[in-house]
Amino acid sequence: MQLTLWTYEGPPHVGAMRIATSMEGVHYVLHAPQGDTYADLLFTMIERRDRRPPVTYTTFQARDLGGDTAELVKTCVRDAYERFKPQAMLVGESCTAELIQDQPGSLAQGMGIPIPIVNLELPAYSKKENWGASETFYHLVRTLLLPQVPAPGTTREPRPGDRRPRANLLGGTLLGFRNRDDVKEVTRLLHALGVDVHVTAPAGATPELLQRIPEADFNICLYPEVADTTCRWLERSFRMPTVRTVPIGIGATRDFILEVGRVAGIDVQPFLDRERIGQATMDSSQSLLPWYSRSVDATYLTGKRVFVFGDATHVKAAARIAAEELGFTIVGLGTYSREYARDIRELGAKYGVEPVITDDYLDVEQAVADAAPELVLGTQMERHIAKRLGVPCAVISSPIHVQDVPARYSPQMGFEGANVIFDTWVHPLMMGLEEHLLQMFREDFEFGDGAAPSHLASVHGGAPAGASATAAVVAPVDEAFERPEPASIVAEITEPDLPVIVPTTPAMTSAAAVVSATWLPDAERELKKIPFFVRGKAKRNTEKYAIEHGLDRITVDTLYEAKAHYAR
Amino acid sequence: MTATIPLPVRGGCTDLPIAPASNATQLPVLKERGQREVFCGLTGIVWLHRKMQDAFFMVVGSRTCAHLVQSAAGVMIFAEPRFGTAILGERDLAGLADANDELDRCVEQLLARRPDIATLFLVGSCPSEVIKLDLSRAAERLNERFFPRVRILNYSGSGIETTFTQGEDTCLKSMVPHLPASTSTTPELLVVGTLADVVEDQFTRLFRELGIGPVHFFPPRRARELPPIGPNTRLLLAQPFVSETVRALQARGATLLSSPYPFGVQGTNAWLRAAASAFGVPESRVIEVTRAPAERASKALARFRERLAGKRLFFFPDSQLELPLARFMHHECGMELVEVGTPYLDRLLMEAELPLLPGTITLSEGQDVEKQLDRCRAARPDLTVCGLGLANPLEAEGLRTKWAIELVFSPIHGYDQAADLAELFARPLERSSRLTV
Repeated sequence: MQLTLWTYEGPPHVGAMRIATSMEGVHYVLHAPQGDTYADLLFTMIERRDRRPPVTYTTFQARDLGGDTAELVKTCVRDAYERFKPQAMLVGESCTAELIQDQPGSLAQGMGIPIPIVNLELPAYSKKENWGASETFYHLVRTLLLPQVPAPGTTREPRPGDRRPRANLLGGTLLGFRNRDDVKEVTRLLHALGVDVHVTAPAGATPELLQRIPEADFNICLYPEVADTTCRWLERSFRMPTVRTVPIGIGATRDFILEVGRVAGIDVQPFLDRERIGQATMDSSQSLLPWYSRSVDATYLTGKRVFVFGDATHVKAAARIAAEELGFTIVGLGTYSREYARDIRELGAKYGVEPVITDDYLDVEQAVADAAPELVLGTQMERHIAKRLGVPCAVISSPIHVQDVPARYSPQMGFEGANVIFDTWVHPLMMGLEEHLLQMFREDFEFGDGAAPSHLASVHGGAPAGASATAAVVAPVDEAFERPEPASIVAEITEPDLPVIVPTTPAMTSAAAVVSATWLPDAERELKKIPFFVRGKAKRNTEKYAIEHGLDRITVDTLYEAKAHYAR
Repeated sequence: MTATIPLPVRGGCTDLPIAPASNATQLPVLKERGQREVFCGLTGIVWLHRKMQDAFFMVVGSRTCAHLVQSAAGVMIFAEPRFGTAILGERDLAGLADANDELDRCVEQLLARRPDIATLFLVGSCPSEVIKLDLSRAAERLNERFFPRVRILNYSGSGIETTFTQGEDTCLKSMVPHLPASTSTTPELLVVGTLADVVEDQFTRLFRELGIGPVHFFPPRRARELPPIGPNTRLLLAQPFVSETVRALQARGATLLSSPYPFGVQGTNAWLRAAASAFGVPESRVIEVTRAPAERASKALARFRERLAGKRLFFFPDSQLELPLARFMHHECGMELVEVGTPYLDRLLMEAELPLLPGTITLSEGQDVEKQLDRCRAARPDLTVCGLGLANPLEAEGLRTKWAIELVFSPIHGYDQAADLAELFARPLERSSRLTV
């Protein structure tokens, strides 16, 4: 039993719903009690879907439990088949149904329904959403393709010379971060390279289309959390190679193009010739990111302290972009995808930070507070953490909110994706020149700590790190109840709650821990001159330094000695 | 329990008809079973935790439960909300003794972290009920350790037992045995069902002016400040989903005042009169006190009546508010009712509402969502009240919709919210008349 306040991932059957809802011609019969239909609104509200998810819930009740819940499954399967006439059906159970052991999948398979029926067994008490999506996609593909699997030892026919190479794009789903536009962007990129996209799945595919997967020459695993298991099976069974580089960021996109060239057996060099690595100008790349990043305004991005958290794929990509393409310093990173813990540990080692592998929101909040970043790149959950700590944030990964499904085209992948990322990450930060002015004139009352970038009046809201508790206290506690936002799933309620436990900010942790070092007034005044986003860290370091050196009073000199000490 | 319907004695356009519009008490009920597009009782936590600010709600359930509460609420604004889920893992399923130990550990952990909690609700879920994890015994066991610092209560919010707003009913019912016995020898009023604080204050003022008192509200704003209950307690219901709670309160001697619910001017008139007549307040005083707010509300309402009159309305079952809201939309906003769906029909609680519904409507109980959607598509109403899972798909089919959940989260009771309530229904129509794309 684990006490949880917020979860990053839903249960595995929600992952299965993502596959079913991303496709056409698939119907999912879910053995589940009343209430589990809440998952429909993830799609109808967050993704603003104009159709209901193709899911039938058996809706059993307590009074059914002594009776024949198995019969209920059969009725639902039959009714759903007759009403929706799907090409394939998924049949599975949610957490409660797993306990009553009706085996709905096997039951359905025994009903003589003339379409492929996939029996989904997704253990709800040990696995989670992304795993559920991955398993569902794999079992669906496997069920549909099993009859086509060639005998062991069969070699693949080489591609006829007069046919362009064909690739399948695998892994894009609803509720995945910007998957809709990523699929479009990668399709466009491949087209420009001379590669045809054969099947895109799960998003936009039908069971009929899935059966044509082996006609392509290779697969592109766009989102390993969902498609890796399937790609591995296709490698083993059909000898189809997989392109594994996820093209998020300039470097990764270039690597992706090289890998596609190698796997497809085509010359991508002419295409990459435009990519003049290390010599950025306005037209040195198909993206403006390299030049924008080298333009002098971007100097202020140098060494910005960032904290990166999300699913493994987006964290890996974001860390590389942050470090190599924007010149940030990574002060913390982590993932809730335990399946990829090893990769993220390696990433942590590369950037010299202890990775946070957890799905406990409070641990992440503590890690963010401790790292004192100037920018948080995270999920919707980190956006809330950042808001409380008064730190700017950009969302880079699921779980998402209705805001993360913009109307405009905004991919993360490919060259256009890099442009989108530059804008999205840099926007929450101070504008370059503006920040220099703030530094120069910080004694001026108009440029006080509370001054937010003028283009972002609401980012800091006058509540810098360490002051969030104060901000929370003055907000009316009842506001969310009395003046609710319409259906809060889509509308952000911003009123903070009255936290009885004050959030532990760096400054407060130290204040509680340090009893022997006292700040002298001069030193305290000097401390206030330090920009608020690093002040907590400076305070804590100084106090730590003071204790370690047996100083019971902190002077201006102590402050600067500590600064020099920790600067190393 | 009184069987008299306290219909107003005064005529005029702001009162409910003296003769029921139909004999809808005998209206045939279309009972359906099938897929339900309705939340389970856990969702009640979303407003209950805001109402009782010294209480914490700990769901004992699965990852699905945690995901549901967080998705339905969308209240990711608090790093440490006053609710959470003790998520069952495989190990908990293997042995029940372990599950009890684990539960105790989670409670210890929580109470150590949150010393501000005065009442802890252990909330049962589908999985906890199916594995027969006995939360009442757990509460007993934990109370031995933590009471009086913390009172530990338990109730079920499971989808196999409860639908959406029934979660409030089971929560309140769990508090009933702990209400102090009233020693009052004169009548006391207990208003049952969560009201927004602002509405509670308005009603408090009206009751005071009417000379009705003492008045208590249940649930209280602090779970520790429980209202007294006894044979002189008169129950006036603010929410139509507190069935079990009412019966438990009756068992403790309280008397139910039957009344329509305080939606709209007429509903509020009738509701206040039910209390007034039980407390012997003369009609002249009632008129004196309610005239100004009722007139103000009627005036505000008139604007929306123009937009809504003659429009056809279809209710999918959701919050159990459907019958009283349909009555308000029909009598005070002039809307035509096509179908009024309700998750379940409690005739005791709807005694005063049922006769006020026109005899031409389809009254449905329970749900088979596919069949109901077929009926809705065939009827093509001007406005459909439904859950969030259905709203966008119906909009895409050219039907205008109103999210039912907003009706639960918004202050809609009483005179001064009557126009706000009508506006919620008018807005989708207004919006659609503005858009040209």
